[in-house]
Amino acid sequence: MEHDDSKGALKEYVPSSGLAVSIDDPVQNPGLPPHRERLTDVDPKAAKRAERTIYTLFYISVAASIWAVAAYMLFPIEDQELTSIRQNNLFIGLGIAFALLAIGIGAIHWSKTLMSDKEHVEERHTTRGSEETREAVVEAFRTANEESGFGRRKMIRNSLFAAVIASVLPGITLFRGLAPHDGENSPVDLLKQTMWKEGEHLTRDPSGTRIKASDVTLGSAFHVIPESLAKMGHDEGMLNEKAKAMVLMVRMSPEQLTEREERKDWSYDGIVAYSKVCTHVGCPVALYEQQTHHLLCPCHQSQFDVSDEAKVVFGPASRPLPQLPITVDAEGYLIAQSDFHEPVGPSFWEIR
Amino acid sequence: MAREKLKRRARGRRSPFAAAILIGVGLLATGGIYAGASAAVAATDDATTITTQASAEEGETLFQANCATCHGMDLEGREGFGPSLNGVGELAVHFQMSTGRMPMQMHGPQADQKPVQFTDEQIESIATYVQSVAPGPEMPSTRVIDGEGDVSHGAELFRINCAMCHNVAAAGGALTQGKFAPDIMDTTPENIYAAMVTGPQNMPVFNNMNLTEDDKRDIISALLYQQEAQAPGGFTLGSLGPVSEGLFIWIFGIGGLIAVAVWITAKSN
Repeated sequence: MEHDDSKGALKEYVPSSGLAVSIDDPVQNPGLPPHRERLTDVDPKAAKRAERTIYTLFYISVAASIWAVAAYMLFPIEDQELTSIRQNNLFIGLGIAFALLAIGIGAIHWSKTLMSDKEHVEERHTTRGSEETREAVVEAFRTANEESGFGRRKMIRNSLFAAVIASVLPGITLFRGLAPHDGENSPVDLLKQTMWKEGEHLTRDPSGTRIKASDVTLGSAFHVIPESLAKMGHDEGMLNEKAKAMVLMVRMSPEQLTEREERKDWSYDGIVAYSKVCTHVGCPVALYEQQTHHLLCPCHQSQFDVSDEAKVVFGPASRPLPQLPITVDAEGYLIAQSDFHEPVGPSFWEIR
Repeated sequence: MAREKLKRRARGRRSPFAAAILIGVGLLATGGIYAGASAAVAATDDATTITTQASAEEGETLFQANCATCHGMDLEGREGFGPSLNGVGELAVHFQMSTGRMPMQMHGPQADQKPVQFTDEQIESIATYVQSVAPGPEMPSTRVIDGEGDVSHGAELFRINCAMCHNVAAAGGALTQGKFAPDIMDTTPENIYAAMVTGPQNMPVFNNMNLTEDDKRDIISALLYQQEAQAPGGFTLGSLGPVSEGLFIWIFGIGGLIAVAVWITAKSN
């Protein structure tokens, strides 16, 4: 194979075979297998039978559709009973299912048994357009450019470019609020604060009744919300606040607790309160085992040891659950000393 | 020739099914003897059933014979075997024994339910005895377990306090290291109440200061309602959610699609 660089661009590229032994057309086209007649092709009785099967299926479909309409009236949901809902669903569903299924099965059976099954070969056309088509397309673009003046009237073209680019700007403004930023309502601040504050009473979810320390007997588990949350309405963002402020409170004997010196006064006589939002992806983690003091998250099986500052003992969570520092007021009701000392819930860009 | 014939006959005598038949006969004989023996044992069991009035004395005898090995002669418990029963009360005894959890079969992640080992009178006797030695929570009043409470309030409390472990349809769920929250689909109202008050095994305690007697009545009513309610959606597949439903759709749904695809592409004969 000789190379001729002067005509290289025009010449069709032929790869060098190198040392390989080339074989012409290594796979022979085996062609079509001999056509095999079906039973319905040779036996008119079988064809008749297939025909009967097909139209029976289509009539079954008609009957099933009518049945679905009838079932809607025969099994109404009027008495508010679960049984009637179940029957309504079941019988209408069966009708529609058989109506559609019978059409499908009938159509396929028809094509398999009675429609022509002669094999045909349809050659693929080449992907490349013919020379005339290609030239026509180039010509069309050239004419369009000429007639519209897109290349000539530069002022119009450039102003169009400006308009298209400017149309993206409102989107940037809209989504800017989601990006990290400082100031009021910054997402970082929103995620760092919950409703808990000094003196906020711990109350039962959902009634919002205050809890005395003496109510929390050994081995008890209380699902707790801040007192002011219980008074909020759904239209005041109650669920958003609850999602951050919900707390699980348990009691064990004080000697079972392992506490750092600086956190010793965060618990009250063996009562500890921890955020119920998993630090992995924020599921409510509340499967508390009273003997092992382990808290299991049902979503991804993270386990926290409540007796040891809710440290992660298993699973994908990377931080311990934040602890709510608690104490009691003059009447013996449990109150919060402050908000959580760290953001609750999953890690985000400010905290890992 | 003659030798060959002999060989063939010898081989013919030992039918290829001989081994299978021998094993079958052996299994049948063993099974038959076992069935007979266990029937005999069952018959003697029946004979020993004595109906007696529940009494603390009777309970003490039963306790010392059946429970004291692990829980101590005076309910003080034994390190590594069983906890002290001081203050657990008759309610805990009723719960543990009437569900077959106690006497415990063996140490494991948790004591499982199994066929009840004692008659109602015997359980009541032991409960009376335990209550007389060291009092604890008592059996609920009939009003608490009558099932006439506010079902929707009870269901809300169930979702907040119980559903995370016991599943929102009360079908139970897995905990850590082989432990699990059992289903509450056929638990009696007494035992639902007892579980909340006494906090058996790893279940936390929900005392009457946390969930009042009225709250408990509502929860029990909601569970009783659910136990009898018919599922409007047809097959519940154990109410276990995506695990059983996913398994079903993977095996039968995708299996069905494959079968249909095979039928559609198969040539008609």
